[in-house]
Amino acid sequence: MRTFAALYEELDTTQSTNLKVAAMSRYFREAPPADAAWATYILSGRRLKRFIGPALLKRWLIDEAALPEWLIDESYNSVGDLAETIALLTAGTAHGEAGTDDIALADWIEDRLLPLREAEEDVQRQTITGWWRELPYRQCFLLNKLLTGELRVGVSQLLVTRALADVTGIERTELAGRLMGDWQPGALFWQALHAAESPRTDPAVPYPFFLASPLEGEPGQLGDRDAWQAEWKWDGIRGQLIRRASECHLWSRGEERITDRFPEIVDAAGTLPDGVVLDGEVVAWKDGRIQPFALLQQRIGRKKLTAAILATVPVQFLAYDLLEFNGEDLRAAPLRERRAHLEKLLTNASPILQVSPLVTAPSWEELALARADSRQRNVEGLMLKALDSSYGTGRQRGAWWKWKIEPHSFDAVMIYAQPGQGRRSNLYTDYTFGVWRDRELVPVAKAYSGLSNPEVEQLDRWIRAHTVEKFGPVRSVEPSQVFELAYEGIAASGRHKSGIALRFPRILRWRTDKPASEADTLANLQAVLTPAPDAPANIR
Amino acid sequence: MSAAPPPLVTVTENGLYCPAGRFHIDPWRPVETAVITHAHGDHLRQGGTRYLLAEPGLAIASHRLGADHQPTPVKYGEQLQLGATTISLHPAGHILGSAQLRIEHEGQVWVVSGDYKRQPDPTCAPFEPLTCDVFISEATFALPVYQWQPTGEVIEEIFHWWRANRERGLASVLFCYALGKAQRVLAELRAFTDETVYLHGAVNVLTDVYRQQDIEMLPTMPVTGEKKTDYRGALIIAPPSAAGTPWMRRFGDHSSGFCSGWMRVRGNRRRRGYDRGFVLSDHVDWPGLIDTFKSTGASKILLTHGYSDALARYMNELGLSAGALQTAYGDEEQQ
Repeated sequence: MRTFAALYEELDTTQSTNLKVAAMSRYFREAPPADAAWATYILSGRRLKRFIGPALLKRWLIDEAALPEWLIDESYNSVGDLAETIALLTAGTAHGEAGTDDIALADWIEDRLLPLREAEEDVQRQTITGWWRELPYRQCFLLNKLLTGELRVGVSQLLVTRALADVTGIERTELAGRLMGDWQPGALFWQALHAAESPRTDPAVPYPFFLASPLEGEPGQLGDRDAWQAEWKWDGIRGQLIRRASECHLWSRGEERITDRFPEIVDAAGTLPDGVVLDGEVVAWKDGRIQPFALLQQRIGRKKLTAAILATVPVQFLAYDLLEFNGEDLRAAPLRERRAHLEKLLTNASPILQVSPLVTAPSWEELALARADSRQRNVEGLMLKALDSSYGTGRQRGAWWKWKIEPHSFDAVMIYAQPGQGRRSNLYTDYTFGVWRDRELVPVAKAYSGLSNPEVEQLDRWIRAHTVEKFGPVRSVEPSQVFELAYEGIAASGRHKSGIALRFPRILRWRTDKPASEADTLANLQAVLTPAPDAPANIR
Repeated sequence: MSAAPPPLVTVTENGLYCPAGRFHIDPWRPVETAVITHAHGDHLRQGGTRYLLAEPGLAIASHRLGADHQPTPVKYGEQLQLGATTISLHPAGHILGSAQLRIEHEGQVWVVSGDYKRQPDPTCAPFEPLTCDVFISEATFALPVYQWQPTGEVIEEIFHWWRANRERGLASVLFCYALGKAQRVLAELRAFTDETVYLHGAVNVLTDVYRQQDIEMLPTMPVTGEKKTDYRGALIIAPPSAAGTPWMRRFGDHSSGFCSGWMRVRGNRRRRGYDRGFVLSDHVDWPGLIDTFKSTGASKILLTHGYSDALARYMNELGLSAGALQTAYGDEEQQ
C-alpha cells in the first residue's frame, strides 16, 4: 500500500490533469495486475462496502487518542474528514515512509480488510487500532479512507480511462464500457481489460452515459435551429433501462443499480423486445405532468416500497434515446435515426414508458419563449442535441447542451456570522453570504432562516471553530461553507457594495457537497438584472 | 480568605493593558506607551507615542513603523521599571526579535507570551521557559490535530519538491509569510544547497533587514520586472497575497507551495488551491502548548487568539484554571 499511498499523494498534490494521468499510467504499468485492478476500482470512485460505521471508528478514536469526545468533535469539525482526523490524531507526525513494509494493495484489501467484515467487533477494533498505531501517516490516512468511503482525490473516471487507454492501447470509449456495471477487481479483470475483444458477457452491463455541457450564452451560436433537437430538461433521475436476455435492469447515472426502486418501470420494460437499451429520465408523474424532484426523493429515501408510497409517488420513464436495438449497438448512428427508431418502438408501449416529447418551436427566438415557461412546467430548461450526433461517452462538448433557466436561487459562501436574538442569542444564526467577483467574495445577502435546528447547531459549532476574526459580536469565518439561497426579486442598488439588492433572501439548503470555488459569481446574479436580448421582458 | 490580587493585565478597547505599569501590550489602537512582543502587523501598529521592544527586533520594527517613530530597544532579560511594575523581555522563538513579556508587581508575576514556538529556528533566539503565576498565551493552533513534524523533514520535502519541479522544467513558487517564515526557510535550506533563490519585493526588503543583522541565509535575488529571466527550475519565495495576481504570470508553468501550520490539514490546502502544502509554523503546536503551560507552573492561563475556547475548556478539565481573552490579534499564517 506504500506505493499506492505515494500515487495518492502525487494525485493530491497537483492540479494538472496531464500529470495526474501520467502518475496513474506509471502506477498501472508498474503495479502487480491485482493491485492495478483495485487501484482502477478505487480511483474511478467505487468504494468497498462499508462494514464499520463512522460512529464506531470515532468511539475507538476517543480511546486511542485519550482525548475527551468534545475535543475529538471539535477537531473533526475543523478538519472536516473523519479518515484524516483519525490519521492526524493517531499516526503521529513523521511523514517519512521509507523502510516501512510495502504490502500489496490487493493483499491489504483482500486478505486484511475484507475478512474483517465477518470478525467480532472486538477483533475489528484491535486490528484497526493496531494499524492506526503502526502505519506511517499517509498509509494510515489511506486505510481510513478505504474504511470510510471514497478517496476524493480529484480524479474522474474519465481521467482513469485516459490513463488506462495509455497503458492498454485500447480505445477510451471501449474501456469506459468495460468499466461499467459490476466487476470483481483482480488479476483476471486486469487481463480482461487488456483483451483485444470486448469480454462483455453480462447482460446487465450498461453503456457509459453521454453527458451534456452547460450552454453559456445564446443558442444562436450553435448555428441552424434545424440541425438541433430540443427537449425539456427533466428534473428527475437519469437512467438507463436495459432489456436483455429476458431480464430488465435500471441503472442510474451514478452507475447504481436502481432496478428494485422502480418496479413499475421494470414491469413496463418487460413488454419491450429483447436487446433494447433506453436512455431517459425517471420522474415523478401525476395528472399528466412531472412532479417536483422533492417528491421523487421521498421515494428514493425509503428502505421499503409500500403500496402507499407507490400510490403517492407514481413514476414514469421518459425515454430520450435508444442505444441498442435487436441487440445491436446503435450509438454510432446519428441522433435523428435513433430518435425515429425510439418513437416507433414506444408507439404502443406501456404508459409508464413514454418518449420525451420534442419542443418544436421552429426558431431560436421561439425556443427561448418556450424555455421561459420552464418554471411553470416544473422543468429545468431545455436540452439541445445535434441531430447528426452519435451517442458519445462522458462529457464531450459540442453535441449535447443543457440550456437551463436562470436561477431564482444561487449558491453563496458564508462569510460572516453573528448571534441571533432571544432564545437564539447563544447561537450564531444570522449569516452574511458572498458570491465571487474575481477572487473576492462580495457580500450579497443576509439570511436568518431556512435551516433546521440541528443544522443551526452544527453550523454554530462550525462557526466557532472556523472564526477568522471577531469584530464585536460579528465573526468572519473561513469562506468554505456553501448555501443555496432563494430570493423573491432582484434590483440594482447603489447602496450595496455588490450593486444589487435581493428581496427576501432565505436559505434553501446547506450545500455540503460543494466547495466554495463552485459558488455563484456576482456576474451570474447581475445577468438576471438585464434580460437577455431575445428573452421577453416579462419573464421576471 | 484574602481577596485575589487585582489583575496585572486586562483587556481594554485599546488592547491588553497593565494598569499598575500604565502601559499597553501590542495595542490595536494608538496609545502612550506600548510594549511590543513582535513586529507582525497585528501586534505592532502605527500611531503610538512610545514603543518598547526587544533589541534584535529593532531594525524590523523601525522598518515597519517608518521614520516618524524611534522605538526603544530593550535587551533580552534586562529589567526595567514601568510605573509600579518591573518588566523584562525574553525570547519567544517566533521570529527575529520576538519576545515574551514578564511583568512583576507586588510579588505577582504575569507573562504575556505574544506569539511563540518551541521548535528551533536559526533566525531567532529559542523560546525561554519562564515561571509565573499567570500565563497569557496565544492559541492559534490549539487543537490536537496540529502537531508539527520535525523542521528538517519539512525542509527536505521543500527541497525535493523544488528538485522534482526542476526536472519537469517548472518554476517552484513557495508562498511564505514575508516576515519570519520566508527568512526561516532561506536559513534552513542552507543544509541542502547554496543556490540563489528569487524573492518577491515584499520578502526581499525584510530579508535584507535580516541579513544586515548577520542572519545566514541562502543568497537571494529580487524578482525584477526588467529583463526576461528564465525562472524554469528556480525557487521563488513570495507572500501569499501574490497568489493569483498578474505578478505570477512571469513564471509561466509552475508548481505552487504554501508554508503554514494550516497545511497540516488537507482541506485547508485544497480550499486554497495550492499544489503542495508544507507544514511549517512559527506558532506553538498542541503538545507545545500543554508542555509550556505545565513548565510555567502558572495557576492560571489566559488565551488570546485562535482556538482559545477549546484549549481553555481542555485545560480546565485537566484542573488548570484557564479562560479566553477577547483580543484583536489575527494569524499571519492564514495570509
